[in-house]
Amino acid sequence: MSWFKRKTAGITTTTEEKKDTPKGLWYKSPTGKIVDTEELEKNFYVSPEDGYHVRIGSKEYFEILFDDNKFKELDKNLESKDPLKFEDTKKYPERLKVAQDKTKLKDAVRTAVGKSKGKDLVVACMDFAFIGGSMGSVVGEKIARAADYSLKNNIPLMVISKSGGARMMEAALSLMQLAKTSVKLAQLSDAKIPYISLCTDPTTGGTTASFAMLGDINISEPGALIGFAGPRIVRDTTGKELPEGFQTSEFLLEHGFLDFITLRKDLKDKVNQYIDLITNQPLRS
Amino acid sequence: MEYLEFELPIKELEDQLQKCKIIGEESEVDVTETCQQIEKKLAAAQKDIYKNLTAWQRVQLSRHPERPYTLDHIRAICGDSFLELHGDRSFKDDKAMIGGLGKIGDQSFMFIGQQKGFNTKTRQYRNFGMANPEGYRKALRLMKSAEKFGIPVVTLLDTPGAYPGLEAEERGQGEAIARNILEMTRLKVPVITIVIGEGASGGALGIGVGDRVLMLENTWYSVISPESCSSILWRSWEYKEQAAEALKLTAVDMKKLKLVDDIIKEPLGGAHRDRDKTFKAVSDAIVKSYETLKNLSPEDLVSQRMEKYANMGVYKG
Repeated sequence: MSWFKRKTAGITTTTEEKKDTPKGLWYKSPTGKIVDTEELEKNFYVSPEDGYHVRIGSKEYFEILFDDNKFKELDKNLESKDPLKFEDTKKYPERLKVAQDKTKLKDAVRTAVGKSKGKDLVVACMDFAFIGGSMGSVVGEKIARAADYSLKNNIPLMVISKSGGARMMEAALSLMQLAKTSVKLAQLSDAKIPYISLCTDPTTGGTTASFAMLGDINISEPGALIGFAGPRIVRDTTGKELPEGFQTSEFLLEHGFLDFITLRKDLKDKVNQYIDLITNQPLRS
Repeated sequence: MEYLEFELPIKELEDQLQKCKIIGEESEVDVTETCQQIEKKLAAAQKDIYKNLTAWQRVQLSRHPERPYTLDHIRAICGDSFLELHGDRSFKDDKAMIGGLGKIGDQSFMFIGQQKGFNTKTRQYRNFGMANPEGYRKALRLMKSAEKFGIPVVTLLDTPGAYPGLEAEERGQGEAIARNILEMTRLKVPVITIVIGEGASGGALGIGVGDRVLMLENTWYSVISPESCSSILWRSWEYKEQAAEALKLTAVDMKKLKLVDDIIKEPLGGAHRDRDKTFKAVSDAIVKSYETLKNLSPEDLVSQRMEKYANMGVYKG
């Protein structure tokens, strides 16, 4: 006896009646583990199944670092121009427009000041979703101004890098942002204001060749890709197979370029612990 | 003399002129007029080609196999006074990054630059002018030493990029470049930077933060090479000419963007066409730049340099 019998041919359920799975209900980590997104949010966007640190943006990092998610955003309205009239397969202003519409962000970094464990902290956080977190004039200027804010108000600075490198569409102007941000970090260093660099997945190219590697401490999350040349370029240039774990945060820690790796849930505590220790202040609990 | 593809009309006329002269010498025929005509044509062709170089043609000239490299410049400028110094004091001596002390007139300078090779063997020895982290650390050591003794620094930029190797990553290529950039922004002696060939990205800027930044006429300076830019944005190597245009990487463009201070003229046809003239122009430019910087106090020097770089960038809002 057949156990399956359709009474009428074809699909009769109307589209409106279909039971759709709402988008974004589940998250699949690279190892294939499925996680409930609500669960993920509660767990600092780290998969409880395998500890995978999901790529997040400024919105989430601000939420993690600032008390009660309260902060004042700095230089919110800075936007990119097209000084070179750059055009490849698309015009640069079109790329910007698409990125802005898609991400609801103005550019690839947001900067803010707020209380973290009760004390002021300036945070500049890059957004990879905006043209690969690429650094052009706006990113350079906002980080420079954030450093200026730190300098003027004597507040520690934290930069969260998440970037493929300099923005090609601003060519040499992007390149000079490496020098510009370094100028401000030199001033911060001369003023003895702590600067913490958090390298997150991924931190490569011009970002690594400037502020990401210049912290009083450089720290990272587990499993992040950090390097100057991307792994594909290294493989293509040298013709060598890359060793397991090449350019991960663990690899950088082992080779002496990171102070420590922290789980995201401990990030706020660890950063503030360092600040209290280096400034010789009582430890906040 | 090697000719680039776009120079072939010139080569043809030069060959013709040569032949014409030989005929004149070896036979009774009067070739004066013919030779003069060819010379006229040659001058017109040279003017036509070299005065209207495209961005990509300049990139080719910057990589001309006969172009003078860093040590050629330094040896010509300083003569016997040049003393090369080696090593980063922690890992090894990078052959792609050279440095040392030399005199121009009565003044000592610390010279630092990427070094390319002139044949297969020396190109490999110099790693094609692509420095490893120890090269940048060697450069920084020499700059700090110059700072200690109040000696001005001259950096000569000529690199297709910092070396993207496995060991380079292990030893912190990004950190080495970043450290140099930061320390150069606050170095207490004058820093004069000249792009003498290729100025590719962080690998160039790693010794390129200067009070005065100059470019030889047929050089390029940008965040990426036109070939790599083409492969990333167009997903093909075929668009290097367009990429070269789009990147605005020539000396003229860079000056317009106020990212470099001045352009050093090259002999017609490129630096290699008259090396002595090129060396003289570079030497004069160093002296002239130093004159404008030597009386500034270290504090003024650093604050002006910082101010200059802090102002780079174009944005709205």
